Amino acid sequence: MLVPLSWLLEYAPLPEPVDPAEVGRRLTGIGLEIEAVEHVGAQIRGVVVARVLEIEELTGHKKPIRYCLVITGERPEEQRWVICGATNFAVGDLVPLALPGATLPGGISIGSRKAYGKLSDGMICSAAELALGDDHSGILVLPADAPLGADFAEYAGLRDVVYDVNVTPDKGHALSVRGLARELASAFAVPFADPAGELPAGDKPDPRVYQASIGDPSACDRFALREVSGIDPAAVTPLSIRVRLARCGMRSVSLAVDVTNYLMLELGQPMHAFDRDRLQGPIAVRRGREGEKLETLDHVVRQLDPDDIVITDSSGPISMAGTMGGLATEVSSAAVNVVIEAAHFSAPGIARMSRRHRLFSEASARFERGVDYELPLRASAKAAALLASLGGGSVVAGYSLASAPIEPVTIEIAGDLPDRVAGVSYGADTVVRRLREAGCSVAVDAGDRLVVRPPSWRPDLTDPSDLAEEVIRIEGYDKIGIAMPRAVAGHGRTAAQRLRIEVAQALAGSGFVEVISSPFGSQDDFGKMQLPADDARRRAVRLANPISGDEPLMRTSLLPGLLRVAWRNAGRGFPDLALFEIGQVFLEAEGGCGAAPVLPVDHAPGKAEVKRFDAALPAQPRLVGCVLTGKIETSGWWGEGRQVSLYDAIEAARTVLGASRVPYEVLASQAEPWHPGRCATFVVSAFGEEVVVGHAGELHPRVIGAFRLAPRTCAMELDLSAIERLAGLVPPVQAPFISGYPVATSDVALAVPSAVPAARVQEALVAGVRSVAGSHGAALLEGIRLFDVYRGEQAGAGNKSLAYTLRFRAPDRTLTDEEVAIARDAAVAEAARRTGAVLRSAPDASA
Amino acid sequence: MSAPNKAYDPVRVTALAPAEVQRMLDAGLAAISGAGSFDELKEARLAHLGGRSPLVLASAEIGALPPEAKAEAGRRVGEAKRLLGEAHAGRQRELEADRDQRVLVDEVADVTLPWDRRASGARHPVAMLADRLADVFIGMGYEIAEGPEIEAEWYNFDALNFPPDHPAREMQDTFFVAGRDGAAHSGKVLRTHTSPVQIRAMLSRPLPVYVVSPGKCFRADALDATHSPVFHQIEGLAVDEGLTMADLRGAISAFVEAMFGPGLRTRLRPDFFPFTEPSADVSMECHVCRGASARGGSPCRVCKSQGWIEIAGCGMVNPRVLAACGIDADRYSGFAFGLGIERSLMIRNGLADIRDTIDGDVRFSRAFGAEA
Repeated sequence: MLVPLSWLLEYAPLPEPVDPAEVGRRLTGIGLEIEAVEHVGAQIRGVVVARVLEIEELTGHKKPIRYCLVITGERPEEQRWVICGATNFAVGDLVPLALPGATLPGGISIGSRKAYGKLSDGMICSAAELALGDDHSGILVLPADAPLGADFAEYAGLRDVVYDVNVTPDKGHALSVRGLARELASAFAVPFADPAGELPAGDKPDPRVYQASIGDPSACDRFALREVSGIDPAAVTPLSIRVRLARCGMRSVSLAVDVTNYLMLELGQPMHAFDRDRLQGPIAVRRGREGEKLETLDHVVRQLDPDDIVITDSSGPISMAGTMGGLATEVSSAAVNVVIEAAHFSAPGIARMSRRHRLFSEASARFERGVDYELPLRASAKAAALLASLGGGSVVAGYSLASAPIEPVTIEIAGDLPDRVAGVSYGADTVVRRLREAGCSVAVDAGDRLVVRPPSWRPDLTDPSDLAEEVIRIEGYDKIGIAMPRAVAGHGRTAAQRLRIEVAQALAGSGFVEVISSPFGSQDDFGKMQLPADDARRRAVRLANPISGDEPLMRTSLLPGLLRVAWRNAGRGFPDLALFEIGQVFLEAEGGCGAAPVLPVDHAPGKAEVKRFDAALPAQPRLVGCVLTGKIETSGWWGEGRQVSLYDAIEAARTVLGASRVPYEVLASQAEPWHPGRCATFVVSAFGEEVVVGHAGELHPRVIGAFRLAPRTCAMELDLSAIERLAGLVPPVQAPFISGYPVATSDVALAVPSAVPAARVQEALVAGVRSVAGSHGAALLEGIRLFDVYRGEQAGAGNKSLAYTLRFRAPDRTLTDEEVAIARDAAVAEAARRTGAVLRSAPDASA
Repeated sequence: MSAPNKAYDPVRVTALAPAEVQRMLDAGLAAISGAGSFDELKEARLAHLGGRSPLVLASAEIGALPPEAKAEAGRRVGEAKRLLGEAHAGRQRELEADRDQRVLVDEVADVTLPWDRRASGARHPVAMLADRLADVFIGMGYEIAEGPEIEAEWYNFDALNFPPDHPAREMQDTFFVAGRDGAAHSGKVLRTHTSPVQIRAMLSRPLPVYVVSPGKCFRADALDATHSPVFHQIEGLAVDEGLTMADLRGAISAFVEAMFGPGLRTRLRPDFFPFTEPSADVSMECHVCRGASARGGSPCRVCKSQGWIEIAGCGMVNPRVLAACGIDADRYSGFAFGLGIERSLMIRNGLADIRDTIDGDVRFSRAFGAEA
């Protein structure tokens, strides 16, 4: 909220001299954050009140131009001629005149200049030129009592300090001069004068006033109407009110509207003025009805909702309560008789309506944050009196009021509650004083308990903690000490949390760059990824309000996002990429998850209710994904580089699984979006389960094309959540026995049919050695390594040759050649049995 | 060859004659000094000092000498072996010195050549900073709590004392999850903050609770230099007996000093969050100018010469939130604080445009390497 300091000082008389910076600091210090301070009017110099003596109409120009003789004092030498393009003034009017040498807002300087063949010795100013709104249409005509020759900025009170206060949603009362001045007075310990004043003497309901009624007490509990009659349509808003409206960022509209807006700013009570002569029948407040429409002041025809709160007369809705008036009953400047409405509407009701219609007004902002429910009569009385006095009309005596009972709030707190929350000893006196300054009535009960009744303008005070906060806030947070944090017996990161970091570090260590890609996607991604119609990854969570209609879905795989990131990098001149991301994806259950329950908040949900929440949420596993494209090794002075291959992607998966120590198998498989012949599936078969944890390999050429990437782009994606869970089942590493006896190696080359996976051959070799009885077969094989793969004539047609080195070592002796030969032969025999392998060569064991 | 015997064999022992020994010595010395490589020197050693060298063969015959001659012959042969041994060692040193000299010249490599055959990897600075921020709290005994990114509204709003229709819900532009078959209400949102993890922690953990929860959050903000629909927060929560705002200040102050430098002061100012009361925003003294810019020193770009930098929001857990988690607010109190990780990157690492964090440009992550 924008508020001028001069207005605050009227009701919170701070001791002179007032330091505007200190006022700002104090307001921020009590939770009314000053976002900006503007010293307005300071720039305006050399503008004086002048009288128009003669007007010469210059003809022959595209628009009317006047050459005016003006005077700024009594003496003839104080006359001068100025050019003016406006026509809304007459001889004898008083106007603001910028003399040559004057400066206007924005640093504009005024000089004598030639225009239209005449010398213009100054400039008559419009409201806009004086930063008093956006009215350029005519010059600002001043009241007849403006002192001739006076400094205009001084006379109009233009020099002021305007604060932009960021009012948090809990502090509805601070959206008014009244509320801010009260807080300011409390902060500076000066008395506060309430601008709401008292009701006029003898004020009472009167049947001659337009009758009000409440149709739905849940929508409105105070509804007051007053009337002013006989307003002079020519009456204009006085300069002082226009200046203040401008300072608060509001436009001057018409006298009646300006008066209600002015008092809304001052008191916080939004009011609406109706043209009485355009009303028909009694006025009521009720909910909207199906099919009802209302054209609001902004010329938009709005379909009303049964939850909307509307003001009606016998013609139907005439206003959206507390939000915006209807066009048909708009009070124009021609209105002679005016009905002023001031009410207290349901805050959630106004909030819902304003959001439903995307209609946010100064009034709705106040109503949804909470308005003083005892203010309507007083505010409307002030409005009627002010409008009558400024508009030359008369107040129709009395008022019409409909109301519903409001249960007053009573809060009991221990006197030392603020002390216990803040860790500060305020003492009961301070607590009581601060609460009373906020407007609460406080009774001190026996045993130091306080019975507190918050004022009608503080609907935010409902709980003991609200009262504690009130005291602590006004006393200032700088009174709070610093206690050294106590040491807690924590257990550090969980194994799963550590693993996540290890996986990220391991991938970064092997050359992958971590990125965060967009979690949003679209239906198109499924096609681009070649996902079959029944693929679980097509069951994406849909957003009701996505940022972009093109991407309404939440990702079900990291890969589309990563592939887009790869494409973007390639376009920026980085075609060689190894990227990874760790992040959650979102998978709806088949048929979709149901809606999540909304439970009460006065107690904790039970186990069954927590389960209902869990069931309503989609699966959100954390995945790790990699994309590799271009070269993985660059060319250089050392020679040629190397293109990425599916084995790099598979190795990335091995890196992740290796960090987890989860035992796994690699199987050839076909899975989207991978190349059907170049996809590895990683399966964890352990702990009594068999879990597919992901895939790696080269992407399908169509996928690569769809994402516009280089041929042979590779990718990996693993379910890190599953791996984390399985890793939790892996027992600790058992320290190995380090044998000091010599190693014996034996190389074998085996011819197997091309389709046999190398991993199966290796498994068979290992199993074969283990089967050797009586000589600790399992312990003998220290390692096995595939060192050559050969496809050629010598391997035989349709075959490949796999060459392995077997490393043997015994824990307790030097192995004999014979022992090694037995183990090797057993290995080969098992490979032959399982895979049809044929031994091509078996060099002698060498020690 | 023969074992020592008593018989005296004049033919064999000629090898032990002084002149003969001298001749063998001279030949050996000549061969050693003439050796031009390690291989030639090895050959010379084997030829003149090896097991089958004349000198060694001759020394084997000493036993055959008459007892009175044994000592002198032994001395003579031993002396010759010693001299040859020394000559060998000397020549070995010469050859090594030669080699070292040559190696320096011939085998010099340009060690400044690049070897970046594989581009270096990097972690994302947001992820790293999240880990590091969490480390500070883990050091204080907190544990890491986690929760889903698609969250029930009850956890994200209701339980955190955001009543339905309260304008506070509007402070956060929420992404709502569409209901089944296009229904408007699903009761689910993309979590707008990490605070629902507080609720989950309080519902699932025994008291006292000291947790910190880093994670991804979402707001329906259009992307610009300071707003991103996807961002990260880290949030701390402590619920224990007798906690006050002074404990909150202590935790925040310890954290600021750990992250930004020792001795930095912190300041709390009233703010509003539905789930804490009282609530505050936390500013720290500018870690670059230490407030000097606000006291008339040279202007500071980091704090815009304010002297203070807003870094976090915090407060005492609202008793209504404790109630929604079944915690007795008369016995327990709590505090919570939260900060944006991207915002911390802006302050700590000079990040100017938040879009860089979700753009995926490899230059961005690489600049941070593996340690932000």
